[in-house]
Amino acid sequence: MALASPLLALAITVVLGVGLFLLLGKDPLRGLQMFFWEPIKSGYGWSEIGIKATPLILIALGLAVCFRSNVWNIGAEGQFIVGALAGGWVAMQADAGSGRLIVVAILAAGVAGGMAWAGITALLRVRFNANEILVSLMLVYVAQLLLGYLVYGPWKDPNGYNFPQSISFLAVTQVPRLIDGFRVHIGVLIAALAVLGVWVLLFRTYAGFALQVGGLAPAAARYAGFSSSRALWSALLLSGGMAGLAGALEVAGPLGQLTPYVPAGYGFAAIIVAFVGRLHPLGIVFSGILMSMFYIGGELAQSRLGLPKAITGVFQGLLLFTLLACDTLINYRLRRRVSA
Amino acid sequence: MSLDAVLGHSALLIAAAINAGTLLAIAALGLLINERAGIVNLGAEGLMLVAALAGFAAAVHSGSDWVGFAAGMGAGALLAAAFGLLVIWLNTNQYAAGLALSLFGSGFSAFVGLRYTQEKLGPRPSFEIPGLAEIPFIGPALFKQHPLVYGAMALAALLAWGLTRTRAGLVLRAVGESPESAHALGYPVRRIRFGAVLAGGALCGLAGAYVSLVYTPLWVEGMIAGKGWIALALTTFATWRPARVLLGAYLFGFVTMLQFYLQGQGVDVPAQLLSMLPYLSTIAVLVLISSNVNFIRANMPASLGKPFFPGS
Repeated sequence: MALASPLLALAITVVLGVGLFLLLGKDPLRGLQMFFWEPIKSGYGWSEIGIKATPLILIALGLAVCFRSNVWNIGAEGQFIVGALAGGWVAMQADAGSGRLIVVAILAAGVAGGMAWAGITALLRVRFNANEILVSLMLVYVAQLLLGYLVYGPWKDPNGYNFPQSISFLAVTQVPRLIDGFRVHIGVLIAALAVLGVWVLLFRTYAGFALQVGGLAPAAARYAGFSSSRALWSALLLSGGMAGLAGALEVAGPLGQLTPYVPAGYGFAAIIVAFVGRLHPLGIVFSGILMSMFYIGGELAQSRLGLPKAITGVFQGLLLFTLLACDTLINYRLRRRVSA
Repeated sequence: MSLDAVLGHSALLIAAAINAGTLLAIAALGLLINERAGIVNLGAEGLMLVAALAGFAAAVHSGSDWVGFAAGMGAGALLAAAFGLLVIWLNTNQYAAGLALSLFGSGFSAFVGLRYTQEKLGPRPSFEIPGLAEIPFIGPALFKQHPLVYGAMALAALLAWGLTRTRAGLVLRAVGESPESAHALGYPVRRIRFGAVLAGGALCGLAGAYVSLVYTPLWVEGMIAGKGWIALALTTFATWRPARVLLGAYLFGFVTMLQFYLQGQGVDVPAQLLSMLPYLSTIAVLVLISSNVNFIRANMPASLGKPFFPGS
C-alpha cells in the first residue's frame, strides 16, 4: 500500500502531462519520450541523472528526518547556497601547492556552512519560539542575496570581463569523477552512503526513534523525557549539513565556480522528493531519480520541442499535489452518507 | 536640501510605503480570514504568482485593470478551492498541501507566463481625490493613491467590526477556536472553513493582481519574491487582529521602500545587502513577537493547522 499512492500519483501526473502536451499542440508521445526514455537510454543520460539525483537525494534525506520529527525546514535551498559559498571560498584559496585533500576541506566547509545557516533557524525556534517555516524560508532569500552580493562584489573574478562570477576553481579542487568521460562524480557514492546512514539512524538507533516519537506524538515524547529542543537542533543541523554538502559538491563538481545561477531549485524540489519517497531513505532514492528525469526531460523538451524549461516545475508541483490527494483516497474509503 | 525638498521626499516615501503595504495588507487580511477559521495556507506565495499572471494577462487582453483584478481573484479562489478540497475534505496535512500549492504555482506561472514577459500594459491611470490631493504634504502622501489602497483600509475596518460584532464573524471564530463545539452546535464546520479558504484565496489573488497591475506593472517569473510568505508572517505579527495587520503591512511597506530610497540617495551599501532588509526584518519581528509564548498562545486561533473530522 505504501507504494500505491506514489505510483498512482505518477500515473495521474503523466495523464495530465499528456493533456498538457496536446493542449500545447505537441505530440504527447514525443513529450513523454523526453521525460521517461531519453534520460535513461544512454550512459550519458545516467551520468546526468546521477549529477542531479545526488543533491536531490542528499537534501531530501535530511528533510525526511526533519519532517518525520515534525520540524518544518523548508529553507534547504538557502542551506544549499551557503554550503556552496563556504565550499567555494575554500576552493578559491587553492594554489599551486594544494593537494587533492583540499576536496575534503571543501566538502567539510560545505557541511559547516549549511549547518550554520540551519542553526540560525534552530536557535531562533528554540530560544525565541519563532516559526521555523517562515524563518528558514526568509533565510533562502537572504542567502540568494548574499550570493549575489559576493559574486557581484568582493568575490568577482578581476579578469572575468565584469561578469558576476568568481574565478574558475583550480583543477585540484574538482570533486573526483567516477568514470572517465562522464560528468558524474563521487557525490553519487556519498549519497548512497547517506541513504544507508539515514536508514540506520531512523530505524536502528535510539536517537532516531526519539526524533520520530517527537514527530508522531509530542505528548508521548514529553512524557518519555525526550527533549523537543534537542530534536529540533539535531534535525535542523543534520538537514542543513546535508544540504550544505550538496551545495559544496555542486560548486566543486559540475559548476567549478560561483555564479548567481548556483541555486537551481534543488532545495525546493527535494521537498517533493522527500514526500514522494514516503520520507523513507529507499523511497527517496527512487523519487530522486524520478525527479532528476523531470529536470533532464524539461531541458530536452526545451531544446528539442521548443517548450519552456519551466514545464519541469509544473510536473513537480502536480506530482506532489496528486500524491497528497491519492494518499487520502487510498487510506480511506469514500462512502455515500445514508441519510438518517 | 531645502525644507520643501525634504517634505516632498518624505511625502513620496510615505506614499510608496502605503502602496507597497497595501498589497501585503490585502493578502494578509485574506490569510487572517483563513487562520481565524483554523486553516494555514502556506500556498499563498504560489497562489499570488498565478493570480499576478492571470491578472496581468486578463488586463493585457481586455485593456481593463478591473477585469485583471477580477481574474486575479478568480484564479486565487480556484487554486484555494483545490487546496481547500485537499485539506478540508481529504484531511491532508495543511503544511504539505500548502507547500505543494506554492511549488506548483511558481512552476505553472513561470511556464504559462513566458509569453507575457514581453507584453506591456496600457498607460497606467493616475488617481487623486479632488480637493484633498491639493493639501500640501498630506495630499501627495495619502490622497493620490490607487482606489484599492482605500479598499484595503475599508476591508480591515470591515473585518475588525465583522469578526467581533456580527454573527457570521463569531461563527467563523468559533470554528477556528473549537471546531468540535461549533459542530456540536450544528454549524457546518467544513463548509464554513471552505468558504473562509475561498475568501482568503480570492484576497491573496487580488493582492497578486495588485502586484502585476499597480505595484510593478509587468510580468516577470517569480515576481512575488516572498511577499506571500511575508504576508503569512504578518498575521502572526499582528496577533490575528485586522487593524494591526494593516499597520504592520504599512510598516513592512516602509522597510521595503526604504531600501530603494537609500539606494536612490546613493548610500554606500551594496544593493543586495539593502534588499535583505524586508526579509531580515520579517525574521526580527517574528523573533520579537513570538518570544512571549503565552502572548501568542492567548491570541492564536486554537485549532490553527489542525484537521477536523466530524464524528460519524
